[in-house]
Amino acid sequence: MVDKWNLPAHAQRVGEEAVALLKAPTCPQTTCDVILGGSQLALQIHESCGHPTELDRALGQEINYAGASFLTPDMLHKLQYGSRVVNLVADATVPGGLGSFGFDDEGVKAQRNFLVKEGLFVGYLSSRDTASVIGLNRSGGNMRAESWKVTPIIRMTNVSILPGDAGSLEDLISDTKDGILLDLNRSWSIDQLRYNFQFSTECAWEIKNGKRGRLLKNGSYGGITTEFWNSCDAICGADEYVTWGTPNCGKGQPSQSMWTGHGASPARFKNIKVGIAHNV
Amino acid sequence: MISKEECESIIDKGLAYGKNKADGLDIQVDASSVATSRFANNSMTQNQAPSSVSVSVRAVAGGKQTRLSADKISPADVEKLIDDAIKVTTLLHKDPNLLPLLRPGDIKGGDIKGADTPASSLNRFDSEIAHASPDDRANKVNAIVQIAREHKLNAAGTVATGEWATASGNSEGIRQYYRGSRLGCSLTMCAPHSAGWAKEQSPIAKDLDIQVMARRAAEKAVASANPIEIAPGHYTVILEPSAVLDLCGGFWYDFTGTSYEDKQSCFLNKLGKQVLGKNITIYDDVYHPLQDGEPFDGEGMPRQKVCLVENGVIKNLVYGRKSAKKFNVEPTGHGVSEPNSMGEYPQNIVIEGGNTSLDEMIRSTDRGILLTRVWYVREVDPATKIVTGMTRDGTFLVENGEIKCGVKNLRFNESLIEMLGRVEALGPAVRAAGEESMPAVVPAMKVSYFNFESSTKF
Repeated sequence: MVDKWNLPAHAQRVGEEAVALLKAPTCPQTTCDVILGGSQLALQIHESCGHPTELDRALGQEINYAGASFLTPDMLHKLQYGSRVVNLVADATVPGGLGSFGFDDEGVKAQRNFLVKEGLFVGYLSSRDTASVIGLNRSGGNMRAESWKVTPIIRMTNVSILPGDAGSLEDLISDTKDGILLDLNRSWSIDQLRYNFQFSTECAWEIKNGKRGRLLKNGSYGGITTEFWNSCDAICGADEYVTWGTPNCGKGQPSQSMWTGHGASPARFKNIKVGIAHNV
Repeated sequence: MISKEECESIIDKGLAYGKNKADGLDIQVDASSVATSRFANNSMTQNQAPSSVSVSVRAVAGGKQTRLSADKISPADVEKLIDDAIKVTTLLHKDPNLLPLLRPGDIKGGDIKGADTPASSLNRFDSEIAHASPDDRANKVNAIVQIAREHKLNAAGTVATGEWATASGNSEGIRQYYRGSRLGCSLTMCAPHSAGWAKEQSPIAKDLDIQVMARRAAEKAVASANPIEIAPGHYTVILEPSAVLDLCGGFWYDFTGTSYEDKQSCFLNKLGKQVLGKNITIYDDVYHPLQDGEPFDGEGMPRQKVCLVENGVIKNLVYGRKSAKKFNVEPTGHGVSEPNSMGEYPQNIVIEGGNTSLDEMIRSTDRGILLTRVWYVREVDPATKIVTGMTRDGTFLVENGEIKCGVKNLRFNESLIEMLGRVEALGPAVRAAGEESMPAVVPAMKVSYFNFESSTKF
């Protein structure tokens, strides 16, 4: 894996970007189309898709610390969570995924389940006791404990967005008249029901008439989860797909840290507020 | 729970075994026995009572150092850990900044400068908490749930009790030991469209009145029912102590020599300068009567009381031994266990308070927002210390000197540096607990022109 990353090959570009950011103009405060790079989209999925689909949260069991969820059981199979191009799966069988395993800590075999299918909310991350509360026949196999010292709780496995048909990142940029490409996460924050979020990124690039333009610093964007995902109109294809990961997802009392995986290709979202974080 | 004598035996036997095998050894023993009873929807949901002991060994040999840790503490296991640590050092590069191990003669001045309590007599152990039973915790949970039911609410949260200890010693003769007790309660009272919250933690049982906490949270949940939506923008805010704690949590590493040297501190080139408001004075003081924790650092050096900010002027940083040497100052006893890249950390923050009560802050406010707590606070800009986050669990509109109603939660983007220059009033400093920062002694604050960026749906 380390060889595959080939870090030395990226060193010059990263150094040049760091220097360029010193003099780059600040990301403007505006509303425009946003393309999220794969690594940033992975964190977006983690915060606004993975967490609200944790069934223990939806049932109020985590409300004192991590919070609850706006995805209450009455919304299952009813709420249009995202646009029809949005398909989100929880898959613990992904080779090499941070959220992959053979059996969860309840002994339930690793599975692949849809959470959102063609934009419709269709599934939760569940456990044996929570699955029975909403009438499921089987746990989704999502229970993991950080260590022997603490009780297993529902954790994301590999919660990923399926690739689309928008081609490469360069194809998507070419298809975008006026927008901003944001990538490489810098800050993240979301409310306890998982509606209002704000992210900032290390880098942002203007897109004008299908071409990547100026580098911008202090990129940021925000929104409301369901409005954001319903604005998704294009997802790049499988060739751009990378299974990213978060090694330190916090949840539970006492708090536990867990590693989760998130596969994503870059994707475009329409009419998103950007440049909001530095506007104090 | 492992005793002091058992901790010392592990250290002494290990150091005796390792004598002459390395240039230096330090051994730390950490023990914890803290049980947590968790509840939600007015029912007990989880009970955990983990009890653990770990030992870590730092070996220094040939200008190199490493630290290995394990959960096995028998003499044979500790000897293997020592042998493994020494072996690992042979695989490393030399550490150009490696210092000799701390020696008793390096600790100047005997006891702690400026402390109100001698380090040797610091004792905050409460055996009632340390040895609380599952029934004790269940009774506290039951009391919370009964108050929830009185108000037709759902209660969720935790009650935690227990004890912990840390011991260290090195081959130069340093020996330190401290034990502590812990009582913590965090609770949320939930109504259909509102909530109230309270959290407190102390080593002393009498510091927490869980029923008072539960009633306060319940009253907030009821008072914020049917919250209205208000427009984002700049508002006067009244921050309860837990909100102040969690807002400022990301500040403290900026007061370290290592962050200053690495040019990461927002106080770069600002030592000795007026940066915050003149009513802001901040200490790091483990000896404060409302503070908690061991009075020595990761190398066994006694913690000093350090004035970080005096009347808004950035006065001092905290230093471990390495950064102290680079800055040619005395270490302050805040070092993290070697080896590490962090350097040091001030973990016993005290923000001096004032005399304005929360009620007085409310009465003096024409239009503003009262925050019980903040949530998911993350740094947006390290130089200007802009942070973002949300209000949560008890957010109220204040108008004409009175709490008018609950409001739907809001996202803020605010510079901590600028915020602490707009503090209009300070309450008495209290021990506060939150979720974004370790407990500290902080006051409530009334702050003008606080920036809310957007609102959410609840």
